[in-house]
Amino acid sequence: MFFQPLGIRTYSAEATFPIKPIDTHKLENSPATEVQINKDDAISYYTKMQIIRRMELKADQLYKQKIIRGFCHLYDGQEACCAGIEASLTPKDDVITAYRAHGWAFIRGVPVCNILAELFGRKLGCAKGKGGSMHMYSKNFYGGNGIVGAQVPLGAGIAFAHKYRNSDTVTVACYGDGAANQGQIFESFNMSQLWKLPAIFVCENNRYGMGTSVERASASTDYFTRGDYIPGLRVDGMDVLAVREATRFAKEYAVKEGPILMELVTYRYHGHSMSDPGTSYRTRDEVKEIRKNLDPIMSFRDKIISAGFVTKQDVATIDAEVKQHVENETAKALASTEPDFDQIASDIYVTDTPLSIRSCNIYNKLHHQPSV
Amino acid sequence: KYNNVLKYLFHVYITYLPSYMLQMYVRDALNSAMDEEMNRDNTVFLMGEEVAQYDGAYKVSRGLWRKYGDQRVIDTPITESGFAGMAVGAAMAGLKPICEFMTFNFSMQAIDHVINSAAKSHYMSGGMVTVPVVFRGPNGAAAGVAAQHSQCFAAWYGHCPGLKVVSPFNSEDCRGLLKAAIRDTNPVVVLENELMYGTAFPVSDEAMSEDFLIEIGKAKVERVGKHVTLVSHSRPVGQCLEAAEQLASEGIDCEVINLRSIRPLDIETVQQSVMKTNHLISVEGGWPMFGIGSEVCAQIMEGPAFDYLDAPAIRVTGADIPMPYAQVLEDGALPGVKDIVLSVKKTLHIQPMTDTA
Repeated sequence: MFFQPLGIRTYSAEATFPIKPIDTHKLENSPATEVQINKDDAISYYTKMQIIRRMELKADQLYKQKIIRGFCHLYDGQEACCAGIEASLTPKDDVITAYRAHGWAFIRGVPVCNILAELFGRKLGCAKGKGGSMHMYSKNFYGGNGIVGAQVPLGAGIAFAHKYRNSDTVTVACYGDGAANQGQIFESFNMSQLWKLPAIFVCENNRYGMGTSVERASASTDYFTRGDYIPGLRVDGMDVLAVREATRFAKEYAVKEGPILMELVTYRYHGHSMSDPGTSYRTRDEVKEIRKNLDPIMSFRDKIISAGFVTKQDVATIDAEVKQHVENETAKALASTEPDFDQIASDIYVTDTPLSIRSCNIYNKLHHQPSV
Repeated sequence: KYNNVLKYLFHVYITYLPSYMLQMYVRDALNSAMDEEMNRDNTVFLMGEEVAQYDGAYKVSRGLWRKYGDQRVIDTPITESGFAGMAVGAAMAGLKPICEFMTFNFSMQAIDHVINSAAKSHYMSGGMVTVPVVFRGPNGAAAGVAAQHSQCFAAWYGHCPGLKVVSPFNSEDCRGLLKAAIRDTNPVVVLENELMYGTAFPVSDEAMSEDFLIEIGKAKVERVGKHVTLVSHSRPVGQCLEAAEQLASEGIDCEVINLRSIRPLDIETVQQSVMKTNHLISVEGGWPMFGIGSEVCAQIMEGPAFDYLDAPAIRVTGADIPMPYAQVLEDGALPGVKDIVLSVKKTLHIQPMTDTA
C-alpha cells in the first residue's frame, strides 16, 4: 500500500478552497462551491496522485524497454479523477472501469508492485500474469475491461446487486468520451433509471477517443446531459477537490434516488496507448499548455502549500519518497518470475475437479488445477 | 504530379531482391487493393474507427482519406453495432461499403448485423435484396494483447450460410481476395492477420494488375509433397511451410494447402491431396472445438478421400484456453512449428527425438 511520509511539520489543520462551478442537468440542488479539507487528507491525495503519476511514467519507460508488451493505456493527467472519486467512496462501494485502469487499480488498493508485475506478466501480478494491462481486479474493483463500453452494463449489474441486497453502497461505472456513444450505455441508463439503481456513471472525458476528437465522434459533447432523464454533473476533472465534492453529492443522490451521471473534464498526456504517439490528432502545444496550467498534481501542490499544510521542502520530501517507493516496487516486480507453465490451463472454470484441457497438439494435455 | 508520387509511395513498397522480384508488404497489398477498387468504382467507400485521419489503427488505410476525402473514407464513432448496421443498410441501398472492424473481437458487438442483416437477407427476401458489403480487419491473436483481443472468428463466420469468408495468408492472397470481396455482390468477411501486416512477400506481375482477382472458394497448393497433407489458413500457412522445410531435411515431404477461403470451403483440393498423400493434418490458430479443422476432417471423412487415409486425420490448433498475457503462457497457447512437426512425425509413425513437443 502507500506509505505515510514522516517528518512533515504541522502548520494548519484545515483549509477551505473554492471549486469551479459544477454544471448540473435536471438537478434541483448542486454540489457545494467551497470545500474543506484537512491536512492528512491533503497529503494523502497528493501522495496517491503522485504515486500514480510515477507508476505510469515507469510503465512508459519499461514498455519502451519491451518489458511490458501488448497494449498499455496510461492514465497520467487523469489522476485527480480516480483520487477524487475514491476520496468520497468507502471500501464497500464498487468501481468498474475500462482499459485505462492502472490508476484505478492502485486507488482501489492494489499495490504498485502487483500492478507492475502484472504488466510484466509475472507471478506477482494481481492477475497472476494472465490478464495484463487491461485486466486488473481487486476486491470491490471489477477491472480493467478491454471492450469499449462493455463495462457500463456490468456496472449497472453490480449496482443491481447492491440494491438487491438493500445495501447503502454505490457502484461507480466509468467510461470515456469515445464509449459515450455506445448503445449499451443508453440501455444501462434506461434500466438503471427504471429500477432506481444506486449507480454513478462517470464519463472521464479526456477529449479524444483514440485519435478522434469529441467533436468528430459525438453529435452532443455535453456528456453530462446524455443521460437525458438521468441527472448529471459536469466537473473539472483536473481538480481533485471538485471531483471529491461532486462524488460526495452524487453518492448521496444515488443511494436515495437512483442513477446519476458525472462528467469529469480531464486530459491524458500520453497517446491513446503506447502505440500511439498522441501527436497526429493534437498539437504538442496543446499538451504543453495543459501540463503547464492545468496539471492536477501541480495545482493541488500549490493549494496545499498555500494552505500551510506543507512547505515546498515537505513536498520535495514526499516526491523523493514516492520516487523511491515506485523504484522499490519496480524492483520487486522485476524480481518476480514468469508464471509456472503448469498454470496455463488453470482458472478457466471454478471447479474442485482436475480437468484435462486440449493443448495445441493432441499428444500433450494441459491440466486444470482445481481452485484453491 | 504530386498525386503520382503519392500513388507510387502509398501503393507499393518496393524493394528489389537480387532476383529482381517485386516484394510487397501485406499492409500495402490490402491498401493497394482498396485504393484500386475505390478508384474503379465510386460506390465503394471505407468506414471504420480511425480509418481516415489517423491513416488506420494499423496503417492499412494509409493515404486513402488524403486521396479520396470525407465522402469516401469515414471515421466512425466507437459504435460497432451501429456502424456495421449502417454499412449493411448502405449496401442494401446499392453502395459498396468496406466496413472495417479494428479487430474482429469488436465485431462481436455487431455480429447480429453481419449474420441477421447481411448474411440472411438475400435468402429471406427471395433474392430481392442484395448486400454487397465487405467486413474486414485483423482476426486472431496478435502479441501480448490478452484474452479479449486475441480470438479467432473463422469458425464463427464460416458457420453461416449467406456469408462468404476469406482468410488470406500472403500479399498476393490479400490483393486478390480483397479485390474479389469488394467486387462480390454477396456479404464477404475478410479475416486479415495483424502479425502479417509488416511481412513482405514476393508478388508476381500478374498480381500487380488492377484486375487481379482470386476466386473466392478456391484453395491453393503452396507446396507440393507426397507424404502428408497440411491444410491451413492465414498465418499458420507460413508455419506449415516452415515445418515442411524442416521436415524436408529429414526426408519427409509435406504438401501444404493454403485454404484462402473458409466459406465456401474448397474441400476438393484437400481431397485430391489426401488421395495422394494418405495423411491429413489441419493447422489453425483458433480454438479446437467446432473449428476449421473439425470441418475439414468431417468433410474428408464423408467424402471419397476417407478410403485413402492411412491414419486418422488430426488437428493442430490453439490451446483450449482464454489467451493468457504472460509470454511463457501465451507461447503455449498458440500452435508453433514444433506442434506441426511433432504431429507429422506421429501421424507417419516416425519416432521424434523427444516424445513431447
